[in-house]
Amino acid sequence: MSKLKSEIPEGSLAEKWTKHKAKIPLVSPANKRQIDVIVVGTGLAGSSAAASLAELGYNVKAFCFQDSPRRAHSIAAQGGINAAKNYQNDGDSVFRLFYDTIKGGDYRSREANVHRLAEVSTNIIDQCVAQGVPFAREYGGLLDNRSFGGVQVSRTFYAKGQTGQQLLLGAYSALSRQVAKGRVELLSRHEMVELVVVDGKSRGIIARNLVTGELERHSAHAVLLCTGGYGNVFYLSTNAMGSNVTAAWKAHKKGAFMANPCFTQIHPTCIPVSGDSQSKLTLMSESLRNDGRIWVPKKIEDAKAIREGKIKPTDLPEEERDYYLERRYPAFGNLVPRDVASRAAKERCDAGFGVNKTGEAVYLDFSSAIERFGAEAAHVKGIQNPSDEDIKKLGERVIESKYGNLFQMYEKITAQNPYKTPMMIYPAVHYTMGGVWVDYNLMTTVPGLFALGEANFSDHGANRLGASALMQGLADGYFVAPYTIGTYLSKDIITGKISTNLPEFEEAENNARKRMEGFLNNNGNTPVESFHRDLGKIMWSQCGMARNEKDLKKAIADIRSLRDKFYAEVKVTGKMNEMNPELDKAGRVADFLELGELMCMDALAREESCGGHFREEYQSKEGEAVRKDGEFAFVSAWEFSENDPGKSKLHKEELSFENVELNTRSYK
Amino acid sequence: MNFTINVWRQNGPKEKGKIATYQVSGISNDMSFLEMIDVLNEQLITQNINPVVFDHDCREGICGMCSMFINGEAHGPGRGVTTCQLHMREFKDGDTITIEPFRAKAFPVIKDLMVDRSSFDRIIQAGGYVSVNTSGNLPDANATPIEKQDADAAFDAATCIGCGACVATCKNASAMLFTSAKVSQLSLLPQGKIEANERVLNMVKQMDMEGFGNCTNTGACEVECPKGISIENIARMNREFLGASITSK
Repeated sequence: MSKLKSEIPEGSLAEKWTKHKAKIPLVSPANKRQIDVIVVGTGLAGSSAAASLAELGYNVKAFCFQDSPRRAHSIAAQGGINAAKNYQNDGDSVFRLFYDTIKGGDYRSREANVHRLAEVSTNIIDQCVAQGVPFAREYGGLLDNRSFGGVQVSRTFYAKGQTGQQLLLGAYSALSRQVAKGRVELLSRHEMVELVVVDGKSRGIIARNLVTGELERHSAHAVLLCTGGYGNVFYLSTNAMGSNVTAAWKAHKKGAFMANPCFTQIHPTCIPVSGDSQSKLTLMSESLRNDGRIWVPKKIEDAKAIREGKIKPTDLPEEERDYYLERRYPAFGNLVPRDVASRAAKERCDAGFGVNKTGEAVYLDFSSAIERFGAEAAHVKGIQNPSDEDIKKLGERVIESKYGNLFQMYEKITAQNPYKTPMMIYPAVHYTMGGVWVDYNLMTTVPGLFALGEANFSDHGANRLGASALMQGLADGYFVAPYTIGTYLSKDIITGKISTNLPEFEEAENNARKRMEGFLNNNGNTPVESFHRDLGKIMWSQCGMARNEKDLKKAIADIRSLRDKFYAEVKVTGKMNEMNPELDKAGRVADFLELGELMCMDALAREESCGGHFREEYQSKEGEAVRKDGEFAFVSAWEFSENDPGKSKLHKEELSFENVELNTRSYK
Repeated sequence: MNFTINVWRQNGPKEKGKIATYQVSGISNDMSFLEMIDVLNEQLITQNINPVVFDHDCREGICGMCSMFINGEAHGPGRGVTTCQLHMREFKDGDTITIEPFRAKAFPVIKDLMVDRSSFDRIIQAGGYVSVNTSGNLPDANATPIEKQDADAAFDAATCIGCGACVATCKNASAMLFTSAKVSQLSLLPQGKIEANERVLNMVKQMDMEGFGNCTNTGACEVECPKGISIENIARMNREFLGASITSK
């Protein structure tokens, strides 16, 4: 049984990173030119890592399955990126960002990693501005900030509702600059389908060229997985259609432990499900909770009348509305963390107060903000005794300037005007805090294999705070991995070029080929999509926002039988050596069908409620999560064994908290 | 709702393509256009016909991957939307819908509706960046104030998603709107001004080398752009280009 070594440096919390950086062995420029690094994925973590490593002098190959690195799903992040700049002078600091993140994660993350993240957060903003990222600014020309859930300061930098896009284009431009210099070889429309391990070390990958269908061998001294999260195991999520777990799962099967796989973030503000053929869900940024108020009717008969279309939400007077977040959590109100807001919405809808046809929606209402901003604007303009209509018009203009593109997106999808009637929202799968286990240097349990960004588990514990995913992706890629990779590569300088003719490459390629031929020669009748949809239903109903022992056990059995059915009945058209998206999808769904089982096992083993993981057996009388620090203050790291996810072995990395006190998380 | 779908089928870059006709039924109002194609594809698979290949990923209008030419318009009817944001409520029951790939010499077809837009990547590689290393050891982000108007204009240009609708729409298959959006974004910001001359010359040169046509000011690109990128950017790029050509050393 291998022991998990977190490699957390000695010293006080605030000094750990600085001291560690000073001690990391360097690789000389001449030696860097002899070292090859593979980066899989080109989102924020991947693009930034590939650019930074190339600048340092390593030979980099960057892979993405999309047609261009700029399409990676980081592009869809809306709200913003946190940094402890304290530009607003509202009491922010590195320690406060660290503390908010640890608390927000319900005390299930590593102190040292989170503190490092908070430390480098400020460099990210400097870096991005220097690259020409057009953040929102105030009239004085300085950067503007807004607030996000779970915090009481304004530390979120943003570019309207397209922050992820602007940051990714910044990282993509840095990457493009290195491609132009010949320092990075870009392999788009390529998907990693196997990790190659030689003598216990990660030495390369097998990738499928998605255009020609060929399997290619690529060797390297280190491989970085920057492949994002696995939310698509739920079928419906806010992830892109192509987001998948395959790269991480193949690494897992070759020895990389998966950590806390059950920690899933269900985002409270998404557009509700409308029909059976829906392929994905759309997020409405958390930033909307700065100005939107969430409510359902107070009386169950009003909710019923709304569902039946007999009354409209705007017909209900203020005193008939239940602003349940403001009622339950007066200190944070509508800006409670995501897990808390999602559960509260589910609680109201389960109790019969849902407001759309399916009964699974609540209102997000901007009318008070429109009035407030309108009155303010009238005052600034010197309009005396403005009419209600004037105020509304002015207020709508302010809201448009802040959230225009989100309101437009909502209207396009639902055909309803959110300026005039409240938005309808419901929680949806959005992010996975769990991921590949990594040590402080971001190295996995396979030497030479690293994991960055959402693909690793390291910084968000059991719940991620809003605007922290972008922060972590860029921190890992620009400022952490380029340093820490030296601890491993400095010992690898005499290895020399790695041959792709080694038997391990041969074997990995054959395995991938056999798997794909298996799908193509299967005599089934059912398209891949149908199995994915069925898996999603199991995961959402039994391993979603609320979980219990009985359901989880049933889910495990159901997933196992669905997996058998998949291999017996799946039908994949087309051929091996051609562009074949159905074949690619079959491989991805096969991996989701294994991951889903492990997620349920992890959820079953964690007999407590924390963050996004809510076990119905462990809740207070008021329905709040009950954590059990004595027994469960650890990271669960699962080792794949006996070629069966059901036989995975659990390893525990105990978490020690020296700088924060473990409290019951309260947002009241 | 039921539809007749005429869709371009082409097996590879060098093969001949043709329009195939299929029927789809049971489509609801709330489905997106791509979800309608999903339904069609599931149907084709069960009939042992290869599904229609098309590019798509985020399905929320931001990744720029989807690229269909629907009833003669890039991203179909409706303004300010990508194909994934187009909903079937925009069509009438019984309609015949014709779907083709984005067509341009610099966007060769890979298969069916999927085209190769790597020429856009190469235009960015020619200079669509600020040459700073990613060390993080840089001046404080607030050290250089930027006038809000300029910052907002730079942002508006920067929202280009690189989908290529402008090229597909343009009768000359010009990439001027795409290229000028990046040139504008960076030349409006103090950080980007330093290399502005070299940037515009290199990016325009690359654009020409890729085989994109020239701009004849019809303005069609602006109309079809899902992100509303303005042709003012083209004017700005022309100005920058002229200035840079005269002063280039």
